Amino acid sequence: MQPVATTFFFYLLSGLAVLGGILVITRKNPVHSALALILTLLSLAGLYLMLYAPFVAGVQIILYAGGIMVLFLFVIMLVNLERSAKEEQFNKQWIAGTAAALALGVLFILVYTGGKALFPEHLAQLPEQSNTQEVAILLYGNYMFAFEIASLLLLVAIIGAVVMAKKRI
Amino acid sequence: MTDATKYLSRLELGQPDQTFLDSNELIINMGPQHPATHGVLRVILKLDGEKVLGTECVIGYLHRGVEKIAEHRTYAMFNPYVDRMDYVAAVSNGLGYCEAVEKLMNIQAPPRANYIRVILTELNRLASHMLWLGTHALDIGAITPLFYTFRDREEILKIFEKYCGARLTTHAFRIGGCQYETYEGFETEVKKFLKFVAPKIDEYEELLTTNRIWVKRTRDVGVISAKDCIALGVTGPVLRASGVKWDIRKAQPYAAYSDFDFEIPIGEKGDTYDRYIVRMKEMRQSLRIIEQAVGKIPEGPIMAKIPKVIKPPVGEIYHSIEAPKGELGYFIVSDGSTQPYRLRVRPPSFVNLQALDMMVRGALVADVIAVIGTLDIVLGEVDR
Amino acid sequence: MLDYITSYLKSDLTPGAAGNVLWAFVYILLIFLGLSVAVIAMNWLERKILAHMQVRLGPMRVGPHGLLQPVADALKLLIKEDIMPAEADKVVFWMAPLFVVMTAFTVFIVVPFGPTHAVTDMNIGVLFMLGVSSLSVLGIVMAGWASNSHYPLIGALRSSAQMVSYEIAMGLAVISAVLMSSLNQAGTGTLSMIGLVQAQQAQHTWFVFKFFPLGLIAFVIFAIAMVAETNRAPFDLPEAESELTAGFHTEYSGFRWSLFFLAEYSAMIAVSSIAVTLWLGGWMRPFPTWLSGETWDLVFSLFPGLTFIFLAVFAFVGVVRMPKHPYFRIQTMGLAGFGAVLGLIGLVLFAPPVRDRIQDIYWFSVKVAVSMYMYIWYRGTFPRYRFDQLMKVGWKILLPVGIGVLILTAIAGVWL
Repeated sequence: MQPVATTFFFYLLSGLAVLGGILVITRKNPVHSALALILTLLSLAGLYLMLYAPFVAGVQIILYAGGIMVLFLFVIMLVNLERSAKEEQFNKQWIAGTAAALALGVLFILVYTGGKALFPEHLAQLPEQSNTQEVAILLYGNYMFAFEIASLLLLVAIIGAVVMAKKRI
Repeated sequence: MTDATKYLSRLELGQPDQTFLDSNELIINMGPQHPATHGVLRVILKLDGEKVLGTECVIGYLHRGVEKIAEHRTYAMFNPYVDRMDYVAAVSNGLGYCEAVEKLMNIQAPPRANYIRVILTELNRLASHMLWLGTHALDIGAITPLFYTFRDREEILKIFEKYCGARLTTHAFRIGGCQYETYEGFETEVKKFLKFVAPKIDEYEELLTTNRIWVKRTRDVGVISAKDCIALGVTGPVLRASGVKWDIRKAQPYAAYSDFDFEIPIGEKGDTYDRYIVRMKEMRQSLRIIEQAVGKIPEGPIMAKIPKVIKPPVGEIYHSIEAPKGELGYFIVSDGSTQPYRLRVRPPSFVNLQALDMMVRGALVADVIAVIGTLDIVLGEVDR
Repeated sequence: MLDYITSYLKSDLTPGAAGNVLWAFVYILLIFLGLSVAVIAMNWLERKILAHMQVRLGPMRVGPHGLLQPVADALKLLIKEDIMPAEADKVVFWMAPLFVVMTAFTVFIVVPFGPTHAVTDMNIGVLFMLGVSSLSVLGIVMAGWASNSHYPLIGALRSSAQMVSYEIAMGLAVISAVLMSSLNQAGTGTLSMIGLVQAQQAQHTWFVFKFFPLGLIAFVIFAIAMVAETNRAPFDLPEAESELTAGFHTEYSGFRWSLFFLAEYSAMIAVSSIAVTLWLGGWMRPFPTWLSGETWDLVFSLFPGLTFIFLAVFAFVGVVRMPKHPYFRIQTMGLAGFGAVLGLIGLVLFAPPVRDRIQDIYWFSVKVAVSMYMYIWYRGTFPRYRFDQLMKVGWKILLPVGIGVLILTAIAGVWL
């Protein structure tokens, strides 16, 4: 399958992602911030699709946008919002903030210029049709142990959450 | 919400659980415009999530001052007003009033009149229970029984219409007996109706009685013990579902009820399911009573000898009957004039509604709906 | 130019696979139109079927047998005043219905109406459908919150909890179907919607009958979960009329409300198509192996036309039974015209080139229609679950059974 209008979609999606990111930190209302975050996550999913990683894109939508963000919204809506809306949005540490941003920017430029040789000019073309299968083979083949450990960790987290939240089990 | 908070401050509502997160309780206003409050009942609910912490019923939206009106009408003129209280069981209301006045004047309705009264009242009980079943099932989410019950209730209303010209607010009885003789073919029509409706009741039961969701929604919901029922003065099917065998038709027979053989169905737990079962059984018992009454309806006059102007002697009387919703009582004080000095109605719906708070505390919002439905209230009667 | 337009017609690929943007757009338009028509038809059919289940007639006034009722309703909704509560969060309130409709329609990109009749065949088709349809919960939460009112908020909370919980059971059921698709020579399954149907074709069985009764149980789990996922009776708590007036869309009216309506019905069609694709053999006709051969192919290919002819006959019976009164003249003529159109479509469907092309779509639609009928039937029969009971069903029954079926399917796949 030939990609269609790749550059256009790339800039559109990345623009949306950046816009969403900015909105997340500038909106006063936490619900608006969460919705902006969903926008960012969805545009990232689109970017994954363009990278021929449909499985990651699908998981991104199901887990982040459909699952985690729903729970986020859930909590935000239940918690009393009136106080947070009145609070100061940014604490006035402009100098430290600017310094940190500058440092990060310089780091980016350094990595880009210094490491130019390291990055290949074009990404190796991944076979789209078997991407999902490749992921599965890696997950359940080479990295089986790590995968299982991660799932165990999640189980511990679930049990911990239940123990902490519930008074009487 | 200001008056809501005022109402709620009067309640000693349980404090929400402050140890877990900082959950705020929610005060929501159910009604008076709400599809499931059976008219204009307004219930202020204090919720913790979905759990009900307390309720406050705000009534009076349909208040017409029926009791006050009675003081300015003659006894006969007031008769149609009582139909407007429990408008789905208007015949029962009329029966209670007429019998109370008769008792005050110490006259007896002739036996034929009493039989006609029993037949119509029991038909009305059927109609009332059918309407209850339809709306109660609708509240719980089963939309189909409503149309079935309305189809069959229609047949009853047709009989009423043929008998006295009105379908809902019938004004069927007069003080001293009945005004109208039964129409041609009344008995065969009633018998035909009995044959028609018996399988229909099975049909309703087929849809609901063993339906898993129905049982889950009603079992152990809105449980009220016999002791609490008696303490609150709750009567009717609600009381009987809690296991108390109290039915005024048997305990203090009026009209011609002592002539018939019927049973008083009772429940065990006093939950919503038991109340459903009790009412279904009562419908069958009503069929039995009507069948017996139609079979041996005596000949004779339908009106006792009463004076042209009804002027009861000085005195007071309390007479109660078993209306579809419970004990319907009339307390009349007469000063010897043509108008009652004071008339007080003991409406079953009003008294039964008091049990709502006790029945739903700690339950979920959905249970409130189920319990309002199972109490079978009619706001016209609650507010009068 | 003409070449470009017709270039796709003889292709055996989906427009997505062929990389043909124009035809992809044409398909999207067709699906959008078809879906809108389906929703309108569903609106009328639901009322009629439910009415007949409830010993009444349903709409009878607007058009013959109320056929124009959905049109009248749509018009009414369009010209109705658009109310936005003063205390509502304007932007979110405005966005919520759009979001819901968008997700409801987007999933149809990967629905395979036939081996080539899908906009595109994604490698992650099932995952995509589940993911995007799970996004609709966001729209509902947004609507409930933005209304700034108690009933919608409770409705939104209920529905998000419900949808998030039932997604898990749904996912497990789907995985067991995907696992079944891997029982081939290569040993790799597929998430592609077209691939799943082809797997059933290759294994000569619908997955609902595979490893009896495992496939059936998985299908039943999915069938229950999909009713909960679309907030329909008996799991319609989020919009429980008797409790929460109308749930999350209590404050919505007019066109915005109709968008929710549209989204609800297209979501129903969408999950039904997942069920059909995964378990009921997608576009395959019944008994493809048992009743195979030229003759049977011919017989089954006549079904689409016959269906329309049957509907036309039905309409003409209605014409004959119409009261012979001048008042009904226009209605009678309208119904006759409708019947004639149906008959004409039926005749066109008998033409061999059309017949061969339309078959897949026809069988797919029939299976989806049966599933939609079940939705209506549930609604006419069942009372509504209570919220805690609903959660219990989801977490304590469907989830463990789903896990069990998944494990047993895996074992059966290895051993058999």
